[in-house]
Amino acid sequence: MNRIAQLRGPEPAKRHNARTIAALTGNPGCSRRSVLDAAGVDKVALAARVGFPGSFGQSRFALARGNAFEAMLKADDCELLRSVLDVGVVGYQDLGADDDATLTARHARTRELLTSATSALVDHPLLTLSVAGQTVFLEPDLIAFQSEGRLRVVEIKSFAIVDGQADAAKVAGAAVQAAVYVLALRRLLGDDRVSHEVILVCPSNFSLTPEAVVVDVRKQLSTLKRQLSRLSSVTELIDSLPPAVSFDVALSPAALVESLASVSARYVPECLSTCEMSVFCRHEAAGTTASLGRSVRESLGGVETVAQALELATGTATPTPDQAEAAALLRTAARLREEALS
Amino acid sequence: MTLVALARAQAFAAGRAQPIATVRHLHLHDHPFVLIPLAMAGEANAPLAAMFGDSPAKPRLLVVAQPRNRDERFAFADALSAELVPYLMSFADQTEAVAVDRGRDVRHRYVDAPQVWVPNPGGIDFLRLFGRSTRFRRVDGDYPVPPTVPLLGQWLTFLAGAAEVPGSSLLLNAVQALGLHWATGQSGAEDNHLGSLLAWIEAGAQAAREAENGPVAGPATDPEFDNRVLAPLIADGDPALATVLHELLLPTWQQMWRILDRLRTLPPGDRVAARWDSDRDSYSSFVEHLAEGGPPQPRRDGAVAAAARLQRLENAAARYAVQRAFDDPLVMAEYRLAGVAFGGVVTLAAPDRVDDTGKRPVLRPRIMVATAETIRVEAGATLTSPARPAQKAKVVSITATPAGHDVLLELSGGMGRKLVAEPGTVPAVGEKLLLTTLSEGYRPGAALPDPAETPWTHGGPPALSSDG
Ligand code: SF4
Repeated sequence: MNRIAQLRGPEPAKRHNARTIAALTGNPGCSRRSVLDAAGVDKVALAARVGFPGSFGQSRFALARGNAFEAMLKADDCELLRSVLDVGVVGYQDLGADDDATLTARHARTRELLTSATSALVDHPLLTLSVAGQTVFLEPDLIAFQSEGRLRVVEIKSFAIVDGQADAAKVAGAAVQAAVYVLALRRLLGDDRVSHEVILVCPSNFSLTPEAVVVDVRKQLSTLKRQLSRLSSVTELIDSLPPAVSFDVALSPAALVESLASVSARYVPECLSTCEMSVFCRHEAAGTTASLGRSVRESLGGVETVAQALELATGTATPTPDQAEAAALLRTAARLREEALS
Repeated sequence: MTLVALARAQAFAAGRAQPIATVRHLHLHDHPFVLIPLAMAGEANAPLAAMFGDSPAKPRLLVVAQPRNRDERFAFADALSAELVPYLMSFADQTEAVAVDRGRDVRHRYVDAPQVWVPNPGGIDFLRLFGRSTRFRRVDGDYPVPPTVPLLGQWLTFLAGAAEVPGSSLLLNAVQALGLHWATGQSGAEDNHLGSLLAWIEAGAQAAREAENGPVAGPATDPEFDNRVLAPLIADGDPALATVLHELLLPTWQQMWRILDRLRTLPPGDRVAARWDSDRDSYSSFVEHLAEGGPPQPRRDGAVAAAARLQRLENAAARYAVQRAFDDPLVMAEYRLAGVAFGGVVTLAAPDRVDDTGKRPVLRPRIMVATAETIRVEAGATLTSPARPAQKAKVVSITATPAGHDVLLELSGGMGRKLVAEPGTVPAVGEKLLLTTLSEGYRPGAALPDPAETPWTHGGPPALSSDG
């Protein structure tokens, strides 16, 4: 067993999907997250085991609506989907349910269908991507539309587009996920066969009537590629970890906390919405200026801890030469603040 | 924003929120209306419930038992409209005359206007979308709704539009209102949780962490709550739903009123009343628009209307920022730190100096101000002092001194009409003075064509849209 698998313990590796891979772009500077993700550790279980469970559940109402919208689009041989995509009469191939036993066969079938260049809507294509030196299967949740030898990713999302506008955060999230698919398809078929323009199909206004919009994901693609290549160097980091380090959730919380401490983190408030370890990391990072937010940290002159910033502000600590400017600013700020409050 | 960042650091160290304002920067109504909307997860803006009212002791609760049912949704809108619109209209009685066009004409505006409070920015977004989904509804045709529904839609759209204008107090949210006056020892992202933010102010860091697991302030519900509690209740059509939602919303309801009380303890800034005047202006014209049977606001502004609106918002933002600084020394301190404002002491004064080099003599007193603060001001610049906003101070010269700088200023305006300054209008020797390049002056934007004279290719004249 290699070191990566050892880190995780006997649990099966967490399966990746576009969402988990998209999440890798969230806090690219964090080694802890890279290591945990590369090893396929179940972060939800790990966080709960060390006493800092997060809430990353999804409302079943949201799931139900998403499923209903998708089912509606795909009913009657994708009649509605075809009309909103305006693709005319093309074949529809569904590569089927998500089943671990048939992964390899489905991947072969995917390759066969997509390389054939016949116009078609290919549902649930099974793709692979190399993550941290390991080939992972992507749980498929997209449709590839093939026309004139070129592929486009079609993603069905259940958030609404109202008067041509949708929730910016949701669109951004969908774009990163679509970029994961584009990348996986390009790795399979070559860059020029797959368009960087993806199609999002969403409910329009307050109805379930679908609306298709084109999104350019070039920017997301390059972020993703950069992060994946960073992740491939994570194997070196993992190899250098002391042998006792393990994230096997069967271990005691104390042992796990010790293991976590041996891989450096880079907590920022954004972690709270993007990473399952965030409550643990927030606790660990208490007292850092970074945990107050990037702009606060910058306004405090980039000083590492709150205590340090306050000492510089009150003049109780002597600044290092490269802190001199920040310290002067903080001292003035403290004086002005005190004056205005008195 | 170094001072606010410093306040956050101090709040963290103290375990308590710290003030970042010495006055209240918003108008606080004697008779506000609190509204806490709750949305159904996954749906495009389907209301699940709302707790609302204008009396802390009497929260009203509306529940949609089957949020996906269209008829129930509009019954909710109808019922909310029946409660909210009478409140909104209750200020449309007494008017006052306001001089316009340099006193050559008058117009009338209502002496008061409504004020609606929601917990957070998400609540405002919810109301905006709910306004969008109801204002085009037709009272005839295939799917008729009661006339109260599109009326509610127009009102919500008006309020949500006002909430985009910096400094407006017609529709406010508690998270931003608190964040304007206190800094916590956590990040802005965490401050979005109303319970946690308020706990930093009322009880401290520990209570704030615990509050994170408390009830949400909407409009989104907690997924756990959806799955464990809500789903079975809705599936079974259980009448207990109303009780459960009442209990869920009640803590937020009580927090909202506590927040209003707390904000009331701050004295209002001097310029708050003038901003409320503009709110009364826009309220008055909207009431007039409705009275004339005006159409619902368009789905999207045309190009010219959008540009004009953007310009109005930018002007309002700039004016609001300056007004807050003029009203509040703690806000001004941020500008002092940046060097665009500085404090000093008057060391010389020639209050009766008259400049007679022009066609007729004019009163132009000069004063010398000594400052030890950083100044980013050059000769020729025009400065203002918040204590004498009508007076302009032109920088004649700046001389470095061992202690900082001597700034020589020539004053004009705000001293009466005679060639001798009215008493007290010229700063006297020994007076402490704050001077800044910030100015309250109105900055007119680029002229845009009237919407009615705009070709349709650029979005005008506005067409009446009917909903799809
Ligand atoms: S929560 Fe922790 S592990 Fe996750 S990205 Fe942030 S710092 Fe890294």
